[in-house]
Amino acid sequence: MTTTDTGVNQSTIDPRVPIVNDFSIVAATENGSGSQTANNTLIRAIFKMGISVSGKNLFPSNIQGLPTWYTIRVSHHGYTARREQAEILVAFNPRTSEEDLTKLPSGGVCVHPDDLKFAQPRSDVVYYPIPVKELIKQINPPQNLRDYLANMAYVGVLTELLGIDRAQIEAALMHHFKGKRKAVDLNLAMVDLAMQYTRANLPKQDPFSVAPLNMTSGQILIDGNTAAGIGAVVGGVSVVAWYPITPSTSLVDAITEYAPKLRPAVDDKVNYAIVQAEDELAAAGIIVGAGWAGCRAMTATSGPGISLMNEFGGLAYFAEVPIVIWDIMRMGPSTGLPTRVSQGDILSAYYLGHGDSQHVCLLPGSMRECFEFAGTAFDLADRLQTPVMVLSDLDLGMNNWMTDPFDYPEQPMDRGKVLHTEAFEAFLAEKGSWGRYRDIDGDGITYRTILGNQHPRAAWLGRGTGHNENAVYSERNDDWQRNMDRLTRKHNTARTLVPAPLVEHQPGARVGIIAYGSTHDAVREARDYLRAHGVESSYIRLRALPLNDDVTAFMAQYDEVYVVEMNQDCQMMQLLAAHAPVHAGKMRPVNLCDGLPLTAVFVLNRILQHRNAL
Amino acid sequence: MTTTTNRPTNRIGLTTQDYQGGTSTLCAGCGHNSVTSQIIAACYDLSLDPRQVVKMSGIGCSSKTPAYFLNRSFGFNTLHGRMPSVSTGVALANRTVLPIGISGDGDTGSIGLGQFKHMMRRNVPIVYIVENNGVYGLTKGQHSATADIGQNLKYAGTNELPPIDICVEAIAADCGFVARSFAGDAKQVRELLKAAMSFEGTAVIDIISPCVTFNNQDDSTKSYGYGKQNEERIQDITFIQSYEEVQVDYEPGSEQMVKLHDGPMIKLRKIDRDYDPTNRWQAIQLMEEARHKNEFVTGLIYINERRPTLQQTMQLIDTPLAYQDDVQLRPNREAFARVMGEF
Repeated sequence: MTTTDTGVNQSTIDPRVPIVNDFSIVAATENGSGSQTANNTLIRAIFKMGISVSGKNLFPSNIQGLPTWYTIRVSHHGYTARREQAEILVAFNPRTSEEDLTKLPSGGVCVHPDDLKFAQPRSDVVYYPIPVKELIKQINPPQNLRDYLANMAYVGVLTELLGIDRAQIEAALMHHFKGKRKAVDLNLAMVDLAMQYTRANLPKQDPFSVAPLNMTSGQILIDGNTAAGIGAVVGGVSVVAWYPITPSTSLVDAITEYAPKLRPAVDDKVNYAIVQAEDELAAAGIIVGAGWAGCRAMTATSGPGISLMNEFGGLAYFAEVPIVIWDIMRMGPSTGLPTRVSQGDILSAYYLGHGDSQHVCLLPGSMRECFEFAGTAFDLADRLQTPVMVLSDLDLGMNNWMTDPFDYPEQPMDRGKVLHTEAFEAFLAEKGSWGRYRDIDGDGITYRTILGNQHPRAAWLGRGTGHNENAVYSERNDDWQRNMDRLTRKHNTARTLVPAPLVEHQPGARVGIIAYGSTHDAVREARDYLRAHGVESSYIRLRALPLNDDVTAFMAQYDEVYVVEMNQDCQMMQLLAAHAPVHAGKMRPVNLCDGLPLTAVFVLNRILQHRNAL
Repeated sequence: MTTTTNRPTNRIGLTTQDYQGGTSTLCAGCGHNSVTSQIIAACYDLSLDPRQVVKMSGIGCSSKTPAYFLNRSFGFNTLHGRMPSVSTGVALANRTVLPIGISGDGDTGSIGLGQFKHMMRRNVPIVYIVENNGVYGLTKGQHSATADIGQNLKYAGTNELPPIDICVEAIAADCGFVARSFAGDAKQVRELLKAAMSFEGTAVIDIISPCVTFNNQDDSTKSYGYGKQNEERIQDITFIQSYEEVQVDYEPGSEQMVKLHDGPMIKLRKIDRDYDPTNRWQAIQLMEEARHKNEFVTGLIYINERRPTLQQTMQLIDTPLAYQDDVQLRPNREAFARVMGEF
């Protein structure tokens, strides 16, 4: 069921017509069985052959024993979004194999252990049974490694059947095991054995293969949480407080791994602290304290943590404390689907806190943005003296993506309007007096002194209660209103400072597509299919909240505006409607909320449906 | 920071005036105002530079008081029960300042109990003062978690639940400085404050501080009348700062000297009982016996300066993280290129 150039699924595969570099594999295994090593090895080997490849891990909220599906997409078009179906099934989980088999297209491929028997085998599928237990016996690994090694059997079979470069398999294992030869050799032994068995016993009957290309040269494979973690260390983080929660945990793990490499200890002492807090309340409190005292402080969490951080979000907004909160979005409400993707925290993050509060939210849509926005978030938090949320998601954060390597930042950090002792003296000399919340420049951003300033008049008492321009407690209605008006002014300043949307205007198009975050790749692919259906489209990818005039202009320009997002309540569409009410009637939702990364076919079909209904 | 008055000055040339804050808006006679006065006195006596102090608080009557002392110090009046976490962040950001945290029995014993315990577990350096009156004042007279069984209040009726004992919680959490005092015992409050301000690590002082509006009837264990009648000091405490060239003459049988990390000493004169506050087991026993006998014991209950502070555990640099500049915070190009190369 290869996706043709119009995005329409083919139901039958002709085994006589070769299909090179354009198919998907799904590896169905049990979680905790080590299949990640096998899947990462395949992806990396294909990637290093210069072929565009992507992987999506559909895993359970569980440590061991529940079904996991890992889909690998190979595409000479460079498409990386998830596809709805795979042509090649690795049926290594007897508990799901029956249903998995039904999903293959006619002419599809099934690789399975030879002791796995299908109750309802299909006659239109090519089977490659492998004697996994027998192969393991031949290698005779330590008992505790048997299950792990079993998964390397399908790596070997696919390497042989698809023509994957065996040298790249070895290199990928070297990378995975960080050069530990013993582990590499053991795994490689299974790959080789399975390759030999396939060559001798399983004649090729399917049309699928890979062939080297030069699409990926110079690129790296990385996940968004690792990119963000490195970005935060490069961006100058000095206090990290967090509470473990899927799918954000690996972001802090990356900081823990890379901070010592990037900012090594001097005399056994470091200039960063990573604190595992007792809960997300405390994590937020710690970074509010550190941010208030002048540090670049951040946390990483997900929806349930965002709920707990409501209280501190409001305090940091109102006391004007720079902090950065990464929200690696997963499916809610409530505990929801902890290991499935969504974009469901747009509204709760934007309006975090009770009363009137609006937050700057960054919306990374690529690995490069996961890296760069880590530093951008700190710059904006310091510049605007306010919390900055970065809304990534499980798909960006935990899956491997191809990207150009990241660039060393050439711009200095922006620490904002901070007055240290000497600057404070100069300020007083020029202005006569200073007030913590006095808007000198008219941009809503005031001048901040921080703890440690040696001037006797520099101190102030921060608070979440009503205050006047001098940070003194006040219940006066005019003080309150003036302060809230200034905060609104500051939010409008933020509109001009946040990363602008990226716009692609297509001449002659009547259709405009608005999307953000991890849906980008599905949209990119869907636009090609739309064109094949005779529909030209323009595209704006939002990269931050608050929204700016670019998006208003975009909405004004197109007759039909489709808003692509992964949540039930069309959250971004609600914000767009409030932002540009004049154009709100043109918007149509293209939203999905099933926990799986968006596919191009879904986007295509939903837009075509809307158009048919016009 | 110089002054031109004829008032007496301390070692750094400041008068008590230089340690004042705004006018208190608490009720006349509130125990918290007495504690505020003793904080001012202790900081003056120790010649603390107000710029080296940061005032922290949560929410409640007690948490308003940082506005009433040390106007020249930075401070942060945070959220209800969350002062411990914010203070943890401040302490990480700037390890050269001394946080003085003011909390109450609701702020610490109820909504903030979890953060309180974890702050002590981490040994965040802070003087953590609980102004404990057994009642919610700002919301007009509900029982707090430290109210005694049988405490009877005009609006809330009789409390049927056992109290949380702040000092017991602190000892259980391995806090290295645990003291109890009474707002009506100015000298003891002041000496304990000075000792706590010189202690390296979390120092908790639970000060029974009567609420004159809602819980000052004589049958309340949190009242002035009860405190004056029943306070039982476990020792007489005198704080001796290290620069003072004192002839340390003490009688080993009746007095005990506790030396702090960089020189100061706490002299403890025994009163009625043979009590060693460096013995955790004795501290737990004292608390349990006092509970059993309904005794209001005050003084230095437990002291142990051996645990590393959070900044030591984190192996932080000696200078404030908050004052690291771009060059110090940004990896060099070579390190960055090496990491990129790993992928």
